[in-house]
Amino acid sequence: MSGIRPAARPRFRPFVRLQWDPVRGKQVLLAPEGALVLNETGAAIAALCNGERSVADIAEELGRRYERPVDQDVATFLGRLAARRLLEFAEEQAGNA
Amino acid sequence: MLDPVGLLAELTHRCPLHCPYCSNPLALVDVGDELTRDEWVRVWSEARALGVLQLHLSGGEPLQRPDLTSLVGEARSLGFYTNLITSGIGLTPVLAERLRAAGLDHVQISLQAADRERSDRIAGTRSYDAKLAAARLVKALGFPLTLNVVLHRQNIDDIAALLAVAEELAADRLELANTQYYGWALRNRAALLPTRAQLERAEPLVQAARERLAERMEIIYVVPDYYEDYPKPCMGGWGRRQLTVTPNGDVLPCPAASQFGATFPIDNVRRRPLDSIWRESALFDAFRGAAWMREPCRSCPRREVDFGGCRCQALQVTGDAWATDPVCRLSPQRALIDAAVRTANAAPAADSAPALAYRWSAPRALD
Repeated sequence: MSGIRPAARPRFRPFVRLQWDPVRGKQVLLAPEGALVLNETGAAIAALCNGERSVADIAEELGRRYERPVDQDVATFLGRLAARRLLEFAEEQAGNA
Repeated sequence: MLDPVGLLAELTHRCPLHCPYCSNPLALVDVGDELTRDEWVRVWSEARALGVLQLHLSGGEPLQRPDLTSLVGEARSLGFYTNLITSGIGLTPVLAERLRAAGLDHVQISLQAADRERSDRIAGTRSYDAKLAAARLVKALGFPLTLNVVLHRQNIDDIAALLAVAEELAADRLELANTQYYGWALRNRAALLPTRAQLERAEPLVQAARERLAERMEIIYVVPDYYEDYPKPCMGGWGRRQLTVTPNGDVLPCPAASQFGATFPIDNVRRRPLDSIWRESALFDAFRGAAWMREPCRSCPRREVDFGGCRCQALQVTGDAWATDPVCRLSPQRALIDAAVRTANAAPAADSAPALAYRWSAPRALD
């Protein structure tokens, strides 16, 4: 999704919970009106969303881990979560106050 | 077959409110028949093993259960995302703090209208001030808050004021959902179905608020399906993702499905394991997938979009549970819906609507 800025620092909204589901053997994102079962890549991205790492940081770290460029995968996945209002972005403070 | 994701636990049918669109059935479960704490915990542990992730604690009024805090604690330790669906009546600061400590994830509070007089009149009891106090308490304790307003002919003109109340309360989510016409609401349909003009006035106000509050509040707005051309994908498909357990342990594909008791046996968690009910019971099996469908659903490209619409609505309006949802333009029985819409639009405004039949009893004087 094009709306995601590399400098934005994603974090889950306060009412969202990321948790391991032993029944499915997968990470799940839980929210008031919906649950999202994550695949391996999604779970790896979600685990890095802490409001401190930027989208670029996350893509760089996972790119190293998977030894291939993942910028587009990261942006697409985070865009989907943002569209479902599971994520919010802490933008760089400068110039945005 | 998919794994279920959500379970609506109707902990009790007891409720201090008398809303004339109540989603509980016309015949209510007696308090003596309610599942005990231990029975609920067993059911939830079976639900978790089936894959259920979200647990909606509802009623009636779930705060009427004295063991609610303990139930929430058990639900959280089983790994559910716990959502309390409440009128707010009975949510004292002490109880709210206990629920927070027990791990409750989210609170949804209903409001009947934007102002005290109208909200109390629709609820059939003095409740508005207590609801606002409960909402403030929920936010002060750091819970995420959803404010839920069932919209209808008698409050939809207040939508700007409703948006303002939600903003003032700092609700994280606002659900403005028009009444769905089952049970009590079907009985009161003529007094509740809004006019087209009312809907046309409401829509742009909702849109403007959505844009203005985009970062702060999610606004869900649902128009009456009577004004739509196609049915809603009710419950995300029958027996597909959701199940409801009533106060006495009956297991239903949706909260309105108790009326299918005349057609199918209704299974109960006291007599049959939840897993077996979900996978094999006649009621869940009846409308799962597409094999049950007749024309025009059977060959319709939308059959994987709306799953034939709502079975309860088909049964209630046409008398035939296998019929296409009559709100569908392709239904041969759409005329039944059009007639109700014509009637709603023949009378001009809210105050000319017929009197409401309140749940349980005639409306009492507000003391």
